Amino acid sequence: MADFIVKVIGLTKVYNGFKAVDNISFEMKRGEILGLIGPNGAGKTTTLQMLLDLTESTSGEISVFGLPLKKNREEILGRVNFSSSYISLPYSLTVNENLTVFARLYGVKERRAKIAALLEAFEITNIKDTPVRSLSSGQITRVCLCKALLNDPEALFLDEPTASLDPDMADKTRRLLKKIRGEKGVSILYTSHNMKEMEELCDRVIFMEGGRVLAQGRPDEIKKEFASDTLEDVFLKVSRRKEAS
Amino acid sequence: MKPARIAAYAARHLYLYKRSLPRLMEVFYWPLLDLLLWGFVSVYLAKYKGTMPNFIAFFIGAIILWDMLFRSQQGISVSFLEDVWSRNLLNIFVSPLSPAEYIASLLALSAIKLAFTSTVMITLAWLLYSYNVLTIGFSLIPLALNLIVMGWSIGIITTALILRFGQEAEVLAWAVALLFQPVSAVFYPVSVLPEPLRTVAAFVPSSHVFEGMRHVIATGALPLDELVWAIILNALYLGAAIAFFAWNFRSAKRKGLLAKAGE
Repeated sequence: MADFIVKVIGLTKVYNGFKAVDNISFEMKRGEILGLIGPNGAGKTTTLQMLLDLTESTSGEISVFGLPLKKNREEILGRVNFSSSYISLPYSLTVNENLTVFARLYGVKERRAKIAALLEAFEITNIKDTPVRSLSSGQITRVCLCKALLNDPEALFLDEPTASLDPDMADKTRRLLKKIRGEKGVSILYTSHNMKEMEELCDRVIFMEGGRVLAQGRPDEIKKEFASDTLEDVFLKVSRRKEAS
Repeated sequence: MKPARIAAYAARHLYLYKRSLPRLMEVFYWPLLDLLLWGFVSVYLAKYKGTMPNFIAFFIGAIILWDMLFRSQQGISVSFLEDVWSRNLLNIFVSPLSPAEYIASLLALSAIKLAFTSTVMITLAWLLYSYNVLTIGFSLIPLALNLIVMGWSIGIITTALILRFGQEAEVLAWAVALLFQPVSAVFYPVSVLPEPLRTVAAFVPSSHVFEGMRHVIATGALPLDELVWAIILNALYLGAAIAFFAWNFRSAKRKGLLAKAGE
């Protein structure tokens, strides 16, 4: 069994001479919630895309569960999942139809029971037969999170998953993610611009800027390093330092 | 390739057609309109046909067969666009579904949709014009199959182009197949075309199919040379289309376009 769920070494992505991600290395441990933070254009999303094999790296290595991603794409993608507030699901299909399609794609056994349990966990059983087009953005986000948990992923990649949720549902989602991590040892890679959320949720954070890793460690270590009281202060310091330069 | 995953992705689109009236209309509406318009035109012209025998058979047979090509192409490119429009593409490509399974699923979907459309068109042609396309006999099967395969090649290439150039290229999903219509000699023999276009037509599988169809209707015999040409060209083009898609898919991943297309 691998010590690290995700191991990234010297990952670089260059678009037409522009380094979107510049030689970054990090690991994600089993059962860890790892936050990826940084200003817009820091390279967080590109990193996430490379971890999901949506974007090909220019150089560097990615291994997940100890397997090289490029050679084991199908196996790895079957054991992880992804959700983002920037994607959606087919509008004309009902919530149940959408989840059934993805349950089949991931080869989930006892699909109905699994879908029912997830809908209950996210308090959306009442919209099971509603087409996605009739849902609010918050409800769609919750359905996408159900989709991301269908295959009992060992690693979960979440791109700003609470961005469109109200504070109550965002809090419930964070609690649920913590619960899943606690019960099943799921590793979670999490991006968000909500620094309070990152501080509350993450065991460790990686602070990115200009495609590079500026700092990584526990939230309290990062705060100490930047002589700040909160991660938000760290974020503002880094952003304004960049503006000033 | 895992059949269960191919079926799962096909189910995503079949749910859509079960639920969406506009999408369902797309399968039946345009073919029906074509059949009504050109069917009545051919009935009218048949009164003045002079020495041309089987005018209605040529014309309506051509409409039905051309629609098979067009719908098989649309079955692929429009299904792909459905996922772009609903911002679902990333969900698909972060799942274990491989690009090969994705294409296989689109081909299966195209065949299912085509089966429905063709059944409706054949039935209506029989009801409205007393035209039984099955009188072409067993020759209809290889002719239709060749058109479906050509439609698949065009659909795969169109999908690859949309993947590469983004949503602004989505008009290609409706335009590319029509580009081949003049040189396919759907409603007239290849001999009508000027010499340069006749040369082009020789490399278009559908022109051999429609020449074959007219020959079958006129004589009852299937011209094997036309059929063999269509099969050889289709095999080449389908292989090239799949290779083009694979190349574009890799290129889209290198350029970060796959992720952009899905958001």
